[in-house]
Amino acid sequence: MSKTVKFKIDGVKIKGRAGQTIMDAADDAGIYIPRLCDVEGLSPQGSCRVCTVKVNGRPAAACTQPLTEGMDVENDILEILNYRRDIIRMLLHEGNHLCPICEASGRCELQAMGYRLGILQPAKYPYLQPVRPIDASHPDILLDKNRCIRCGRCIRASKQIDGKNVFGYIGRGIHKGLGVNGRDLAGTNVHVSDKAVAPGTCPVGCIIRKGLGFHEPIGRRKFDKVPIGSDIENPESGRGK
Amino acid sequence: MKTADICFHLKCDMEKSAKSVVASVCKKFDHDGIRIIDILREVQKRLGCINGDTMELLADELSSHRVEIEGLVSFYSFFSEEPKGNITIRLCDDIIDRFAGVKEIAGVFTDELGISMNETTADGIFSLEYTPCIGMSDQAPAALINDVVATNLTPRSARTLARNLKKNHDPSKLVKKRGDGNNAGRLINAMVRNNIRRKGEVLFADRISSGAGLRAALKRKPDEVIQDVRDSGLRGRGGAGFSTGLKWDLAARADAKERYVICNADEGEPGTFKDRVLLTERADLMFEGMTIAAYAIGSKKGILYLRAEYEYLLPYLESVLGKRRKAGRLGKNISGKKGFTFEIRIQLGAGAYICGEESSLISSCEGLRGEPKNRPPFPVEKGYLGHPTIVNNVETFCCAARILDKGAHWFSAIGTDESRGTKLLSIAGDCSKPGIYEMPFGMKVSDVLDMAGAEDPAIVQVGGASGEMIGRTAFNRRICFEDLPTGGSFMTFSSNRNVLSIVDYFLEFFIHESCGYCTPCRVGNVFLRERIQKVMNGFAEEADLEYLKDLSTTIMMTSRCGLGNTSPKPVVSSIAHFPIVYASLTRESTQGFQASFDIQSALAESRRIARRQSMIYDPVYGESSE
Amino acid sequence: MKKKIATVSLAGCFGCHMSILDIDERILDLLKVAEFDKTPVNDLKKFTQRCDIGLIEGGCCNEENVHTLQEFRKNCDLLVAVGACAIMGGLPVMRNAIMNSEDPLRECLEEAYLNSSSVYNADNDIPNDPALPLILDKVYTCPEVVKIDYQIPGCPPSGDILWRTLIALINGVPADLPYGLIRYD
Ligand SMILES: Cc1cc2nc3c(=O)[nH]c(=O)nc-3n(C[C@H](O)[C@H](O)[C@H](O)COP(=O)(O)O)c2cc1C
Ligand code: SF4
Ligand code: FES
Repeated sequence: MSKTVKFKIDGVKIKGRAGQTIMDAADDAGIYIPRLCDVEGLSPQGSCRVCTVKVNGRPAAACTQPLTEGMDVENDILEILNYRRDIIRMLLHEGNHLCPICEASGRCELQAMGYRLGILQPAKYPYLQPVRPIDASHPDILLDKNRCIRCGRCIRASKQIDGKNVFGYIGRGIHKGLGVNGRDLAGTNVHVSDKAVAPGTCPVGCIIRKGLGFHEPIGRRKFDKVPIGSDIENPESGRGK
Repeated sequence: MKTADICFHLKCDMEKSAKSVVASVCKKFDHDGIRIIDILREVQKRLGCINGDTMELLADELSSHRVEIEGLVSFYSFFSEEPKGNITIRLCDDIIDRFAGVKEIAGVFTDELGISMNETTADGIFSLEYTPCIGMSDQAPAALINDVVATNLTPRSARTLARNLKKNHDPSKLVKKRGDGNNAGRLINAMVRNNIRRKGEVLFADRISSGAGLRAALKRKPDEVIQDVRDSGLRGRGGAGFSTGLKWDLAARADAKERYVICNADEGEPGTFKDRVLLTERADLMFEGMTIAAYAIGSKKGILYLRAEYEYLLPYLESVLGKRRKAGRLGKNISGKKGFTFEIRIQLGAGAYICGEESSLISSCEGLRGEPKNRPPFPVEKGYLGHPTIVNNVETFCCAARILDKGAHWFSAIGTDESRGTKLLSIAGDCSKPGIYEMPFGMKVSDVLDMAGAEDPAIVQVGGASGEMIGRTAFNRRICFEDLPTGGSFMTFSSNRNVLSIVDYFLEFFIHESCGYCTPCRVGNVFLRERIQKVMNGFAEEADLEYLKDLSTTIMMTSRCGLGNTSPKPVVSSIAHFPIVYASLTRESTQGFQASFDIQSALAESRRIARRQSMIYDPVYGESSE
Repeated sequence: MKKKIATVSLAGCFGCHMSILDIDERILDLLKVAEFDKTPVNDLKKFTQRCDIGLIEGGCCNEENVHTLQEFRKNCDLLVAVGACAIMGGLPVMRNAIMNSEDPLRECLEEAYLNSSSVYNADNDIPNDPALPLILDKVYTCPEVVKIDYQIPGCPPSGDILWRTLIALINGVPADLPYGLIRYD
């Protein structure tokens, strides 16, 4: 058992373990810190910045910041809420997110985060409306990069769990995006059973299983009734991680 | 052979040889994946591009993956998936160069070569493109032709240059009038000028005895050397101003077998060119500083990370290293000190400003995309390949060598309380004496402007693109860490320059140079620029300024590294210092219509295709439609 | 004084207007505190007076959409963008992201009327009657054309969120929207 580290989130005293990140310790304590690029089972990457909290008054990403004794974390405050809303809006405006026709609608974590954070006005920023081709080359899997939010979950899943290198980042700046290890997806060694393309790895509707569209009826989809993060806030609700 | 023949020859050669080129280059670097940036540089040079097939060949040779190679090729500006000409002409598109007329120069080149910007001539010989600041702001407009620097271009000289190139296809023949100092030497052989306008007592003192600092250091214990540097009050010259002694101390204390010393010569901050002059005139002193640091922290290996734009300095720098080796100041048992071994290798960059950020620089040295690393752990704990690493600026190492030579007290007596020593400023813009100024910290902006012969100064940008933009009311502020810090960039603009076009340029720069890793910097800067352009075009309202400030705060607070933490600064500081400029450009819209929406241009295409006028918005019909 | 409400469908599918009807019998309660002016609900074609609230469905695809939206802005105190199309262009906006040829608008028209595999067009012509409003170079969202005060997301928004938002606007209080009402699909 590693050493106990005492710290606070929004004034609540919490005990974590040395070596844990703020995110992991908060999860254990039933406190949900919003996140997109971080997901159970993969190493944290710290890129989406949705998990931004204040640590002793200074901003930090909860998913990568290690605990230190006595640290004072602010999570549920208006200033942070506003940053998170801005970041979610940025992601919604960076790509082409047409929820009405998206197969992932209802289980999409980006959309669910918009709901949870109460984003009623996604039109604060301009829409970039990028031109991004769809890769339908593979018999089982479709890639619609219009919806990719650059979270890198598929990239890490392929490397860390499948032991492959199906995906990788290419480009820089606003042109940074998802690349595949071949001319197109069909040219890679991806298999439909890979974790990289399993449901729930891609938080949005970029990686889509062919032939399985819209199989969950509206009303029974993951986030129709409960906000994202409920499983962490109420582990006994059955969805515990 | 005629041009076309040569070219045809080259093309065939290329296709046949992609495989053998890849094989031989990989062999040259021992198939060492860490050296992939060097490998790609050479493959790019020899094949003119790194396309999908070449990526696959490379992946095979290096036991890597195509997508990893593509990740690198698409990250660094100097690599290209499309075929590039044998001669790439890169025009420096810095704000200073823009004001100095780079667009006209571009016009000459497009005219002479018969191509547009970002194109390659049909014969595959020339490519023409823009590139961000190449560190020649005091001799703008400037261009890089492969690794040859052309400075002080005029439409006339550009035309001559283009014609020469067309005739003999040899950039090295362009160097006619060499610059001053070591620029004129055989190994550098460049038109570049140093323009050292003011010498101080630390860096450009007339007599600096080579080896004195190292000799003094080796007489002391490593921790005493660190203590000296701490006592001197030296703070990093790369911009952030972290205590150098403390950084060395942390690295020395970190529990590890190997440690690394890295010198940051990426000098990418627009308007900064002082490291270029130090590399030209004080290379030996810089290597000496690195050697002292190695002794102090217990390192055996060092890296000089040299930006690709300064490749023309490489042969000279290698020769300085060679001389130091010969003199026993590098290698084993340095200067007779038993057991003290240190070697330095030079790593060239490949065109990415973000690689000046220390953790990105380490990523780049490791053969990765130049993306910052998560901190903690900091480089002093886990840096290059996981070993404790200190990264310091060129000027910082030079200062350290002088401190060991002349003493901590001598150094700390210069400057202000929190900023000891002298600082090199690279001054450029609307002034009669642009160039390098070494001065004690604490100088007033107005004195600096006088010294440089600033013409009607109205806008001063201190600290480069991520620095602060100030106006006349702030000219009594001082250049030092406690007031106006700068890594060296100091740009002055006269009153007929447009504040907004400067801000817009900086945002364009950050959008181009953001690594794209984190959301706020990748996307937020694009939104900032959209709104700044709305202001520029006179379409904004006061609410847009609130929007700009608000968005700036989100970007600065949530970004992952120093780039995003500071990129909105030109926006925020220009709104604060030039309220009247912004006020004159914003107005309340009367009917609640968006001024930026222009129905006429939205209809133009439709009119053309339908061959008829608008029933609503064209005056002929307009009246009757209501 | 009853609040006056106007509504319109620009480049939308009338789904949002169906949702207005989806407030069901509550429309009687609404009419106690508000009255409809120009709206397809009562088929009133022109503004008869200045209105308090204008509900906009759909974005702007053609000049007539722009003109109508501007009329609404002139005649209403508050404009509410209702539904995905008004807020972000919705399905019609997909044409912006695919139009990247040299002559994008022509490509778009040819795809729609001539080339698409699902088109039967024996005359091979593209409609161009003088009475047809000119199409815009791309689809514009409502906030790009005029200032928008509020928005109600959804495709379409449910009758419930429309009801709660309208009542809140009429009473000048923040809307209380329990989880599940805010929806982007
Ligand atoms: C975006 C960015 C670019 C940077 N570019 C440079 C650079 O070109 N040269 C440099 O010395 N430091 C640069 N820095 C600062 C380095 O991260 C680091 O602080 C510095 O090299 C440390 O050396 P010093 O303490 O000697 O200044 C940059 C920082 C950021 C955030
Ligand atoms: S702030 Fe983020 S996107 Fe910008 S350069 Fe740093 S890590 Fe990359
Ligand atoms: S969850 Fe921490 S940065 Fe994405």
